Amino acid sequence: MKRRTLLASAALAASLGTAAFAQDPTKACFVYVGPIGDGGWTYQHHQGALALKEEYGDAVEIAWQESVPEGADSERVLTQMALSGCDIIFTTSFGYMDPTNAVAAQFPDIKFEHATGYKREHPNVSTYNARFYEGRAVVGHIAGKMTQTNKIGYIASFPIPEVIMGINSYFLHAQKANPDVELVVTWAYTWFDPAKEADAARAMLDQGVDVITAHTDSTAPLAEIAKEGGSAWGFGQASDMAAFMTNDDGTPGPRVASIIDEWAPYYIKRVGQLMDGTYEQIDSWAGMPEGEVVIGEMTDAIPADVQAEAQAMIDAITAGEYHPFTGPINRQDGSVWLAEGEVADDGTLLGMDFYIEGITGEIPN
Amino acid sequence: MDLTSINPVLLIASLMVSATPILLAAMGEMVVEKSGVLNLGVEGMMITGAITGFAIAVNTGSPALGFIAAAAGAAMLALAFGILTQFLLSNQVATGLGLTLVGLGLSSLIGKPYEGIKSPTLPRLDLGPLSDIPVLGRMLFSHDIMVYFSLALVAAVWAVLKFTRAGLVLRAVGESHDAAHALGYKVVRVRLLAILFGGACAGLGGAYLSLVRVPQWTEGMTAGAGWIALAIVVFASWRAGRVLVGAYLFGGITVLQLNLQAAGAQVPVALLSASPYLITILVLVIISVRGVHGAPASLGRPFHASH
Repeated sequence: MKRRTLLASAALAASLGTAAFAQDPTKACFVYVGPIGDGGWTYQHHQGALALKEEYGDAVEIAWQESVPEGADSERVLTQMALSGCDIIFTTSFGYMDPTNAVAAQFPDIKFEHATGYKREHPNVSTYNARFYEGRAVVGHIAGKMTQTNKIGYIASFPIPEVIMGINSYFLHAQKANPDVELVVTWAYTWFDPAKEADAARAMLDQGVDVITAHTDSTAPLAEIAKEGGSAWGFGQASDMAAFMTNDDGTPGPRVASIIDEWAPYYIKRVGQLMDGTYEQIDSWAGMPEGEVVIGEMTDAIPADVQAEAQAMIDAITAGEYHPFTGPINRQDGSVWLAEGEVADDGTLLGMDFYIEGITGEIPN
Repeated sequence: MDLTSINPVLLIASLMVSATPILLAAMGEMVVEKSGVLNLGVEGMMITGAITGFAIAVNTGSPALGFIAAAAGAAMLALAFGILTQFLLSNQVATGLGLTLVGLGLSSLIGKPYEGIKSPTLPRLDLGPLSDIPVLGRMLFSHDIMVYFSLALVAAVWAVLKFTRAGLVLRAVGESHDAAHALGYKVVRVRLLAILFGGACAGLGGAYLSLVRVPQWTEGMTAGAGWIALAIVVFASWRAGRVLVGAYLFGGITVLQLNLQAAGAQVPVALLSASPYLITILVLVIISVRGVHGAPASLGRPFHASH
């Protein structure tokens, strides 16, 4: 009986296999900068990839490679993927920008999608990004309201426009919520090094910073904040990081809200277009209205009125009524960047290389 | 720049935590080198300890068992090194480098299912009235047990090497294995024990990273700490007390550079990030120029009774 069941299921599997093969599934491949288990950036891209598979079932095949270093190594991985029959390749970190374009030149029939970059040197290269600064605006508001010491922190990775945009948006809205707030920025010079991220969080906590947001990929800063035992707070970054909502003893955890990158809608849309022949080269920059930037559940550590204000901001951004960078905003040196009511254009944001007024310190080169 | 926002008490407290992994690993490596063996596989043994300790702590819920398993796991890896170099007389440098590669690969293989999991961690030790002393309490007496264990280890290694017969034998083997052999000491056995001790210490250092300092498992999380431990042994000219100074100096610079950044110091960040490594190189150069090494005379030389 058992053997028969086994044979039957083997036959079924074989026929399913051939059926799928006959339809020639579209193969979507993903290159990740960290391990899927980082609980943050890469985890969230992988969730998007799994949602893609879920959506199209046998019509789509997915493959991925984790922990691919940025730079020359990634070029080798990309070439390998292109040779192994991928129809569309998503490269999910800024540092893959040049390798993506270089490999795309050699494989004109394969579509390449590069996350957070700006170079589209070949017709088969598209870029996609999410308006994370919308999420930073909301957590900035919460940070400004929640800080007791009036010092809030930002663990920055590399001085690229993406990160600087996040710092500015975070500070701008913290300052609107609390004019006395002071921002402390530490540059970790890594996307993923849990020990260093934890040390950076520790250094800020020791100096009286009590609300920290991270622009790095691991959960280590939250684990470090948890050691303060409820006198400091942080946010989930890229992923919900819900494991830090409550501590093991049931007390409120360090994560009071989170900025979630929801890549699934984009992946499903693009692969769908590839399959039905409407695929075109694009430069996508979607945010809360499209559901690509989501604020995770706010915990009760945030006072009810602040939760309501944050929700109002989310609603306004989602409805397209509010742009986080709306003037008047001055540059750090005091010169006018945006006049009253003026809204920042995407070009300036994507090339942002200056702090806004009120932030101390300099952007490293 | 507002340097007053840096609290020296908290700085020293976090320095002690930050330096503990490299202190443990460097202490073990110093004993190994004192016996005349150069094991360059510290990084590999550390990361093996990090994942073994993490896996056992997660599965049993006990960080203490995790640390024991980490010491045992890394010592097993060190045993492989010992057999290769002591019995099969393989080249110590090449075997040590190989050990690092094996450790990194093995740990990421074992670690796959453990990514993104929270582990039980060590509580701060309750030292009663000592923890309540105003400044010193927060600075010195509010840590977990491994910090004190590492300090006790330094004292123990120093005392054993200086005052005991066992320490004298170990040093004799390291200085001149032929003379030690002629006196009837079991050179290979002594070295093997030293190698196992070194492995266990490196494993504890790795587990401290994955169970206390971060606490989570990530591929490649030691990020070069093993190499720093090796450099610290040379920096310390093979003396236990100086290993402690070296490890705390290095841990201190790492923590200080992040604190300086947070305080808004107008120093190039890239330079600050590189400063621990630059200072290590600088110290090594100074030691070389002085010409007084203090290295065990038989360091790295293979021994066979027939030679």
